[in-house]
Amino acid sequence: MVKITIKDLCFSYGSRRILDELNFVVGDSEVLSLVGPNGSGKTTLIKCIDRILKPKGAILLNGGRDLASLSRQDVAKLIGYVPQSTSGVLTTTVFDTILIGRKPHMGWRVADEDIDKVIEIMKLLHVEEFALKDFSELSGGQKQRVLIARALCQEPEVLLLDEPTSNLDVKHQLEVMETVRSLVKKTRISAVMAIHDLNLAARYSDSLVMLKEGKVHAIGDPPSLLTRDNIRTIFGVEAVVMKDLDRPYVIPIKSLNGDAV
Amino acid sequence: MSEAETMSTDAAIESSELKEEYASFVGRKVLFLLLSILGIAILAGIAATLGSAEITPVEVYSAILARLFPGRFEATDFVDTIVWQLRLHRVLMGIFAGMGLAVAGAAMQGILKNPLASPFTLGIASAASFGASLAIILGAGFVGGGYLIVGNAFIFTMLASVIVYGLARYKGITPETMILAGIAIMYLFSAMTSFLQYVGESEEVHEVVFWMMGSLGRSSWDKVAIIALITMTCTLILMAFSWDINALGAGDETAKSLGVNVEFVRVLCMMLASLITASIICFTGTIGFIGLVAPHITRMVVGGDHRFLLPASGLVGALILLAADTVARTVLSPVILPVGIMTAFLGVPFFIYLFLKRRKDYW
Repeated sequence: MVKITIKDLCFSYGSRRILDELNFVVGDSEVLSLVGPNGSGKTTLIKCIDRILKPKGAILLNGGRDLASLSRQDVAKLIGYVPQSTSGVLTTTVFDTILIGRKPHMGWRVADEDIDKVIEIMKLLHVEEFALKDFSELSGGQKQRVLIARALCQEPEVLLLDEPTSNLDVKHQLEVMETVRSLVKKTRISAVMAIHDLNLAARYSDSLVMLKEGKVHAIGDPPSLLTRDNIRTIFGVEAVVMKDLDRPYVIPIKSLNGDAV
Repeated sequence: MSEAETMSTDAAIESSELKEEYASFVGRKVLFLLLSILGIAILAGIAATLGSAEITPVEVYSAILARLFPGRFEATDFVDTIVWQLRLHRVLMGIFAGMGLAVAGAAMQGILKNPLASPFTLGIASAASFGASLAIILGAGFVGGGYLIVGNAFIFTMLASVIVYGLARYKGITPETMILAGIAIMYLFSAMTSFLQYVGESEEVHEVVFWMMGSLGRSSWDKVAIIALITMTCTLILMAFSWDINALGAGDETAKSLGVNVEFVRVLCMMLASLITASIICFTGTIGFIGLVAPHITRMVVGGDHRFLLPASGLVGALILLAADTVARTVLSPVILPVGIMTAFLGVPFFIYLFLKRRKDYW
């Protein structure tokens, strides 16, 4: 089953083309990672799918409705967004931070079912221990889990994550990726994430979309895409690709302009 | 406790426990609102009691209740006149002006995500001062007669907010563009006011300086009615957008992804905050401290949820301004100090106390 169909998607800032004729699909209950060098359009694409930016072309949900035809409120009921940065959130409690995720569904008054939903999601992501702590007091990994919980409170069909592991240490990177992976399995939603770390992408994704200069270079599963040739073409890096538990493992050796990596 | 350990104890926390904890957390905020209302009622009685004519608090409350519930309470004509014709409108002016300025500040800080945002740091008060100076020094303005100063202050205040909006819109409505445009406007109107003071006669300049210090001495029932109507209406509309302002606190992109029309909410709230401010300072002169600090004091106590922060800031603002005016009227009686001076004298030590005492981040 196809969850999202990206069709002829283009986006420009003024005359500068950022995304150029993108076409691919995201399957049901699938983790799809967008990989590519800086400036390849990963974050822009995430924002286009969530209609934070308004691209040309179509983004079809479940093969039917174009997201462009829906109100912002209706899009918010279908797509959850986890931003790249956990900073810049005005200080409030973890509970209230997650409760804001109910905004597309609730009125001014918080209903019992909204509270129940928040608690259910807090338990799912193991953050209920900090419910009444201030968001600013949490560690990076905890903050990331809270922001994922906020997006899940929207009860989305698709979860978008922009660099969910940036600024995290190795342990927290693994925790966040395991969280996303297990959420997709448990809740049957689809996840699309922009990610820099090829090894995390390889280990936790069902499929990859390789972007270069705003265009799709290749689409496929991690073993077929993470090859020496693709890495050389996309990143300009010489790398050794090994296998670990049937997943490719990339060791960058040197950049092609001669500098050691 | 490490995160792994924390996760292992998760099962111990029951949903009902969490629900109760959250209910109690919300209950404390509601209690704060109720206590603030009670505090204002008590302080209003004390404020109406103090003055050159000596009357007791019981007489004051009786006089108030006698008009509200005729036949059930009694008051002498003398007390009735003192309370209703001389003191009560000033007390209510203090309450609604303090409330309005604090709500405007809380809304601006929320939509601009900036702790320094207030009607006075965004050029709005400078524009009011310029409008008043223009009327006092050059006698020029949009509205003639007794409303020359008031009309000028109001119109220039709204004009400043429209210019800030226009400049920000040209570059894109973001907190940064609005704050920078506001600061530019503040300096422009301050310079123009200084120029008027430079060319004005000393008596006129003295009047301008007095106007800029702020006072509740020009209060009357019709002014109270205007301020109360605008403040209450705009506050209710702002409160209706509480969730949108909360979502803006998570960042523009997150707010958009939650279904918020970011630009519309930001501009609407900015205009409502400006309208509240304009309607108040055109009658009172610039009372600068409350819009900035009352929301901070309140945020330290009730947190950042604007459903509670907006009304609670209003109540704290009302308390501060009413207390400041009462002290300003009585501390050097019969000399009445400008209330703008007293708000800072009373509020800053309290703010610094809370600021130093609170260990956790509140912004």
